[in-house]
Amino acid sequence: MMWFIGKRLVQGLITVWFIATATFFAMHNVPGDPLLNDRATTAIIRANLEAKYGLDKPVTTQYFIYLNNIAHGDFGISFAQENREVNDIIREHFPVSAILGILAVVIAAVGGILWGSLTALYRNRLPDYIIMFLVILGISVPSFVIAALSQLGIVTINSLLGRTFLPVAGWGTISHMLVPALVLGLTTMAYLTRLMRSSMLEIVNSDFVRTAKSKGVPPARIFARHQLRNAVLPVITVLGPSIAAITTGGFVVEIVFAIPGLGRFFVEAVQQLDYTVIMGTTVFYGAFLVFMVILVDVIYGFIDPRVRMN
Amino acid sequence: MSKLTAADFAPHSNEHHCHALSRPSLSYWQDAWIRLKSNKRALASGCLIIGLLIFTLLGPLLWSVNSSEQDLDQLSTPPGSARSALIIPDYEPWAGPTTTVTELELAGSATTQSVRLQWTSLPEANGHRVYRNLYPVGEEKAYGIPMAEFFDNNTLYFEDRLDLSPGIYYYSVVALGNNRRPATEAATIRVDVLRATTVDEAIAQGLVEEGEEIAVGDTVNIALHPLGTDYLGRDMLARLMEGARVSLFIGIFAPLLYVLMGVVYGSIAGFMGGKVDQLMMRFADFVVALPFLLFMILFKISFGIGPGESGIFPMLVAMVVLLWPATARLVRGQIMQIREQGYVEASKLLGAKSSYLILRHMLPNTLGVVLVTLTFEIPRAIFTEAFLSFIGMGVAPPTPSWGSMSNEGIKTMLNTPHELIFPALLISITVLAFNLLGDGLRDALDARMRNTE
Repeated sequence: MMWFIGKRLVQGLITVWFIATATFFAMHNVPGDPLLNDRATTAIIRANLEAKYGLDKPVTTQYFIYLNNIAHGDFGISFAQENREVNDIIREHFPVSAILGILAVVIAAVGGILWGSLTALYRNRLPDYIIMFLVILGISVPSFVIAALSQLGIVTINSLLGRTFLPVAGWGTISHMLVPALVLGLTTMAYLTRLMRSSMLEIVNSDFVRTAKSKGVPPARIFARHQLRNAVLPVITVLGPSIAAITTGGFVVEIVFAIPGLGRFFVEAVQQLDYTVIMGTTVFYGAFLVFMVILVDVIYGFIDPRVRMN
Repeated sequence: MSKLTAADFAPHSNEHHCHALSRPSLSYWQDAWIRLKSNKRALASGCLIIGLLIFTLLGPLLWSVNSSEQDLDQLSTPPGSARSALIIPDYEPWAGPTTTVTELELAGSATTQSVRLQWTSLPEANGHRVYRNLYPVGEEKAYGIPMAEFFDNNTLYFEDRLDLSPGIYYYSVVALGNNRRPATEAATIRVDVLRATTVDEAIAQGLVEEGEEIAVGDTVNIALHPLGTDYLGRDMLARLMEGARVSLFIGIFAPLLYVLMGVVYGSIAGFMGGKVDQLMMRFADFVVALPFLLFMILFKISFGIGPGESGIFPMLVAMVVLLWPATARLVRGQIMQIREQGYVEASKLLGAKSSYLILRHMLPNTLGVVLVTLTFEIPRAIFTEAFLSFIGMGVAPPTPSWGSMSNEGIKTMLNTPHELIFPALLISITVLAFNLLGDGLRDALDARMRNTE
């Protein structure tokens, strides 16, 4: 098991290095540079500044300086915001996105497993039809529309109750997190429900379930011990990519609900062409996603021994 | 024992004992087509998609309104609004009441050209202030926006020409007491403002057909907007059609290209196998990890497109460059499986060349899976376009796309929901149709996925 984790970690590190390299060379080819300013910069001042920041060095040297900085966790200074380091921005806003994302993943996973098993148990009966209809709806409606509609819903509930039952936007308390996390997890939940349903249906017809039934094992026990534990495996495999999907979805939800998360800052940086912030958050997000996928793999390895062996 | 005749020695016809084919032999595609035809949901979705394509391609021929033209008379008008406009004389300045006035009343008729109010001095008033509101004043004395103030009792009339649109307005005249503070005395009048236009305006806007005579007092119909207008007065239907072109172009072409790329890459990796395959797939793993948004920005910049400009092409390139690995992995897996099949071995024994093996055996057998992937990738691409346009990285205004239209619509969601509902509905319907068609295709084409649902 340790060898498996170690191998995956090394793969992850290589992937992060690849992301960082691609980001660096991609950004390096962008025309313009930070010293191009409205204010007149004479050639000598420019040369001095370039020497100071290492911009006169060959690209490969700059690349190694950049790698070295990243290895030390230094992403540089923002282009658009005065006196702010990219690290500060990440430190300040990433926890917000992380909490929101984790909550969304938990909601999506628990909901997907629950609804998926329910539809499989009630196959071709009313609960199945209702849930599968909602699933199709959840897959087909874009997240920003769901976000906007849920805000509308909150407003209606609040005005009906005559008090603030749930806040419409902002961040701070649990009640702020609930609706955005639900909206964020909804699409993933819909996909997981579908997946859970089909894997559950496959298991229902399997030999070991039939054997358990003929032995007279109570249905609840068959469900919990034999069906659920086996059917849940494919759902766990896609949790890694789901986390990536939820992160990108987080951008929209953070904008609509005015949540001060890293996603919103990333989008703002994109609109202001704040290169260092874009690069820093990209590499950071990339690394985060890579290691989340590894974490899921490791968890999967604990659950399913076949993965470790391979 | 019976006697044998010459007939018994006749050659036996093999007609009776042969196993006749009771049903016509079906090819893979014929079988799939029959399965697809029996799937009502998939068939309906297919019709819906054809309808959408007709809407996009033929719609602009039937509805040739310019999508960027502003109708300033109809801003944020929901569909089905009244369109009749009264022809009135040209505007002439008003010098105050000409008849005796007994209370707060209208002078002349209230039209979008002007609303003329006249009143008698309220008790104990040292002047008056005129308010306008869109809602009844009610208990809490919400008079609305102050329009004018008069600090003596000489001026007892007011003409409102500010941004009038057809509908109900509530005008209030409040008495100003000492210190020019509003006193409790007030009078309110409910005014139903009619849409009006002058002869010259009607002709200038093309509301009157050539050769037709119009005179003051006639009614004409103002421009028709079947699905209403947006917040800048642009025709929603025309914008939706033009937006459909962007959304469906990205939504169909990008997946076509990157699925094709994935097929080529995956089949090479799968066919070569060994070290080459390992290397190619590792590279695909890295590409998966690359951040999509960053490369969107990069392509935009490297194509010389600024932050506020439309970026359909960079979006296409970014999607093609970054989204192919999923298909590549799938196709590789398929090819690896097919490579071990008996019929490929047999073909090899008969001396088939690699190109023949790939083109005759491997690609046709992966085609079903590829087609299914394609139908599932299309809604994803449409979502991606909508998402990018929503955060301002995709299609920039004034070019409409369903995503950017939704983004604009969300801002005015509470007052004019139609601006959000139509584009959002179109996105949802398109995505739904492609998803259902994909489900149907998967059931019809992919033998292993059959019967799981």
